[in-house]
Amino acid sequence: MSELIEKLLAGDKRAVARAITAIENYEDETEAIIKEIHKYTGNAHVIGITGPPGAGKSTLTDKIVKNLIAKGKKVGIIAVDPTSPYSGGSILGDRIRMQDLALEPNVFIRSMGTRGYLGGLSKATHNAVKVLDASGVDYIFIETVGVGQSEVDIVKTADTVLMVMVPGLGDDIQSIKAGVMEIGDIFVVNKADLFGAPRTATEINMMLDLNQNMKRRPPVLLATAGKNEGIDELVDELEKHREYLNETGELTERRLNNTRMEVIELIESELRKIVINHTEEEGRMKKCVEDILAKSTDIYTVRDEFLKSIRG
Amino acid sequence: MEKPIRVLVAKPGLDGHDRGAKLIARALRDAGMEVIYTGLRQSPEQIVAAAIQEDVDVIGMSILSGAHNHLLPKVVELLKAQGADDILVFGGGVIPEDDIPGLKAQGIAEVFTPGTTTTETIEFIKNNVKRH
Repeated sequence: MSELIEKLLAGDKRAVARAITAIENYEDETEAIIKEIHKYTGNAHVIGITGPPGAGKSTLTDKIVKNLIAKGKKVGIIAVDPTSPYSGGSILGDRIRMQDLALEPNVFIRSMGTRGYLGGLSKATHNAVKVLDASGVDYIFIETVGVGQSEVDIVKTADTVLMVMVPGLGDDIQSIKAGVMEIGDIFVVNKADLFGAPRTATEINMMLDLNQNMKRRPPVLLATAGKNEGIDELVDELEKHREYLNETGELTERRLNNTRMEVIELIESELRKIVINHTEEEGRMKKCVEDILAKSTDIYTVRDEFLKSIRG
Repeated sequence: MEKPIRVLVAKPGLDGHDRGAKLIARALRDAGMEVIYTGLRQSPEQIVAAAIQEDVDVIGMSILSGAHNHLLPKVVELLKAQGADDILVFGGGVIPEDDIPGLKAQGIAEVFTPGTTTTETIEFIKNNVKRH
């Protein structure tokens, strides 16, 4: 076992930071790290915090984490912000709302850019969670980018999804559309001191009551993170959800599903490389594309020919 | 994809003027870097803790309070104590010319005063980053 892994497992922050950097940038190192730490993962309660931009996700995370560390818990936080599609750069600003946590010995915060991923997380987030998990934290919070309507990748990584809403984002039809509204395990209307908060909560409740197929009806809470109001209740609900997951076997079921998806994605990604190498060899793709535009063949015929030659 | 340079843009000290810090954060973003901005009134301890957790390659500090001779070297000293002195550290703000040689002697790689273009800062980072 390498020195980095040993330190990481002992909870050394520098080692954890280095491992996450490796995971964000280098595929072969990621593989080596994950293989070594795999057996030490699966212990932390992974909580996804998602919701529209400006809903107060970072402030809420800050307050929940303070509540947990006061109880002696260890916490890891991954905060994702968008990467510019133009320059590839990003401004990661979630730490601004978590300044007091920087020096907490039992808290580790890491900011990540999405780097081209559109589901609300980055490609490396899932593996970064494993690193934090292996480092011995009790809770991992993943704060997604501000989501719109369909960034739902967080369900593939988190055990519990906390959906943060705010008053005044639109009428109730917004809450019955498909997408992010379907993935919340717990809903919280933040900035509850603003006009319209009870109504927003009612609309969410009505939307949830329409769904008859739910195994568990998610609770809807009110909170004002900036004033530290409603945080105890939220932390209680997080605990209740964790208990529910354990007691019903739902946790195992979710993790089985997610791991299955993860393996499929890894295979897809390797297959994609094989396909690209094959099609780009000797300018085959360029020739085919020109033929398609010249109408001498079509996209489906070309697909079948490629598949045939790849299979050998 | 090539690994982007990660930069912590920090505001040590008690002044509340972050126009410069935000401007430089934006310029570095547009140059393809990942910029972690931690907000106002950061202590050297907070800055170093964030730099370690974020595993940054560079720390840029903007300071207009006059406390640069104390705060900037303190950050370098704390980085050294953590064995993280391979992180490139630079400063910016209203810093008197006379103070710059002293700051450089204490490990601040460069000091940018008003009038510096963002292009100069970007070039400086790209040419001097040690651990990228």
